[in-house]
Amino acid sequence: MLEIRNLHAEIDGKPILKGVTLAVKPGEVAAIMGPNGSGKSTLSYVIAGKDEYEVTKGEVLLDGENILGIDPDQRAAKGLFLAFQYPLEIPGVATMTFLKAALNAQRKKRGEEEIAPADFIRSVNRVADKLGISREMLRRALNVGFSGGEKKRMEILQMALFEPRMCVLDETDSGLDIDALRIVAEGVNALRAKDRAFLVITHYQRLLSHIVPDTVHVMADGRIVKSGGPELASELEAKGYADFAAQTAA
Amino acid sequence: MTAPTPIRTKAETALMAQYEALRRELPKQAAGQSAREAAMATFAASGLPHRRIEAYHYTDLRNLLREAAPLAHRPSATAGSSVEAGRFLGDIDAHEIIFVNGSLMHAEGLASQLPKGVSIGMVADTAPGILDGNDAVVALNTALSRETVTLEIAQGVAVERPLHLAFIQDAGAPQAVFARVCVRIGEGASVTLLESHEGPNAIATQSNIGVEIAAADDARVEHVRVNAEGDKAFSLSSLGLSLGHRACALSLNLILGSAISRHQILARFAGAEAKLRLDGVGMLDGGRHADVTLVVDHAMPGGESRELFKTVVDDRANAIFQGKIIVRPHAQKTDGKMMSAALLLSEDASMSNKPELEIFADDVQCGHGATCGALDENLLFYLMARGIPRREAQAILIRSFLGEALEELSSDELREALGGLIDSWLVRRS
Ligand SMILES: Nc1ncnc2c1ncn2[C@@H]1O[C@H](COP(=O)(O)OP(=O)(O)OP(=O)(O)O)[C@@H](O)[C@H]1O
Ligand SMILES: [Mg+2]
Repeated sequence: MLEIRNLHAEIDGKPILKGVTLAVKPGEVAAIMGPNGSGKSTLSYVIAGKDEYEVTKGEVLLDGENILGIDPDQRAAKGLFLAFQYPLEIPGVATMTFLKAALNAQRKKRGEEEIAPADFIRSVNRVADKLGISREMLRRALNVGFSGGEKKRMEILQMALFEPRMCVLDETDSGLDIDALRIVAEGVNALRAKDRAFLVITHYQRLLSHIVPDTVHVMADGRIVKSGGPELASELEAKGYADFAAQTAA
Repeated sequence: MTAPTPIRTKAETALMAQYEALRRELPKQAAGQSAREAAMATFAASGLPHRRIEAYHYTDLRNLLREAAPLAHRPSATAGSSVEAGRFLGDIDAHEIIFVNGSLMHAEGLASQLPKGVSIGMVADTAPGILDGNDAVVALNTALSRETVTLEIAQGVAVERPLHLAFIQDAGAPQAVFARVCVRIGEGASVTLLESHEGPNAIATQSNIGVEIAAADDARVEHVRVNAEGDKAFSLSSLGLSLGHRACALSLNLILGSAISRHQILARFAGAEAKLRLDGVGMLDGGRHADVTLVVDHAMPGGESRELFKTVVDDRANAIFQGKIIVRPHAQKTDGKMMSAALLLSEDASMSNKPELEIFADDVQCGHGATCGALDENLLFYLMARGIPRREAQAILIRSFLGEALEELSSDELREALGGLIDSWLVRRS
């Protein structure tokens, strides 16, 4: 579903991704772990199409199509979703207005009709209830004044509402309390499907005990330095990244 | 020695000739005449203000006003009936007070249609009561307005529906319109005033409109002014506000039209503990130029003033905000805050922000700020990552940026109508 080939990216002339190669199959949950500053968020931004990063080499294929040349909104319409590590506050934009604009923009690009207002409200409420997001929060401006955990839940709400096929989650677990973590993990698990894949970026084994991954990849200094099964996550939890840092230096 | 004869520009000479013609047309009335004479003498001495006059630094009228268009003729009494004024304000239900080419329409009929406690009249005297008679634009307005239309809200009356002063340029060729309105709001009375300015596109119309609003003690007024003039219009306007004890006034200026516009506000605190709110929404594109210059004069203690001006500037347009808060020596406990924020949507767009404080009292709280920048790329990316195309994402952010200046309006209906004007500009842009 998602295939990243020898991806190099830099910002202001500073190389950050130095040859990332990674494939995620339909139905797969892949986890990426790695030390701070290793380039995990950068990878997620490049996949989603943030244009401050310059891709100097490599490809990102979604369903076999190179998406590097197209705008972020078109990538979203093709079924790509990024849950941000730091969701942004947008003052003056009502959450519901935003959700509807986003959903309808995606539908329009796919040649679908606008959602009926009643259906829209019903869908949002259904997902919000599952994620423990109050109606009052939905009435506020997007993410404005939300706690860290509330913002993360709002990302998952969007994911559940838009029903993307390729979901990239950047540290969705950080800042969540134990209950919220479980709720969010359930939200993700409920979306697991044969034709949907996840790329879950995290620092903690804890999330991966709720969302059990099929594959685990270790990123260090802008590269995937090791890949394995779920057991790799426990290994990292016990030993840390010291070994991999040494490998990169070598 | 004789004083040197100033070299007059073509426009200055034409304005003086227009005055001579108007003087012959108007009935000889001593009361109005001396004010006109004095105003014209003021103008003759100073000429059109230029860049070395601080208040006109960014809008050099000597340079910009190349031709003074001929004075519009007085329209026939019924001319206004064919025009539907203020349609752009949507379904706002208001008492319409229509001015065509600066002249009040249906003056007689209007008196009986206005709600109880509201009276309308006309006086020959155009001497300003609040505005500064030494200002050249005010002086021209005094000299060339045919009369002052007066609107009075009697003491204690709460006017329910807004009063809508709808100014319409009915022009097929370049023409100039001058008008003066004076609104007096009695003690404890309250009213919402809408003031709209409309005109045809593609015709170089000119206007110089003076509005004075005097709020007596404990009076409340919300004033919303919409500039929806044509795309070639040259619009000068002056607003004088005076606040009595504990009076509460809001004036919001929304700019949608005109090739060149300059709106000046002089707000005077004439009573203690009054509250003033001045807001602005500016939407500029093409090669347009819009200047808002204001002075808030705290002459009495305990006053509060808040200014929030939001401007978006696209293409090669040019916006100016000059704001000055004066706190006079015994205006202790004054609380004044002024903010002007601009969004530049293109490389060639420009904004000049000049906020100033002049404080002569020691126990005051005053501050000002000004920002100017592009749309936040991180916010744009967030919206785009959710499937919203760039243009639409920009529109969402611009809408929320401008919308902040509408928040203090007490009427939801009015806020929505003005929001609709912002939306229409955004649609035009996309
Ligand atoms: N806009 C930027 N300007 C300059 N440097 C940047 C920018 N964005 C990222 N970097 C640098 O790129 C490197 C990778 O950052 P990135 O955020 O991708 O790391 P990460 O693996 O997500 O880290 P963390 O685990 O702390 O979230 C860091 O050294 C960071 O400082
Ligand atoms: Mg990160």
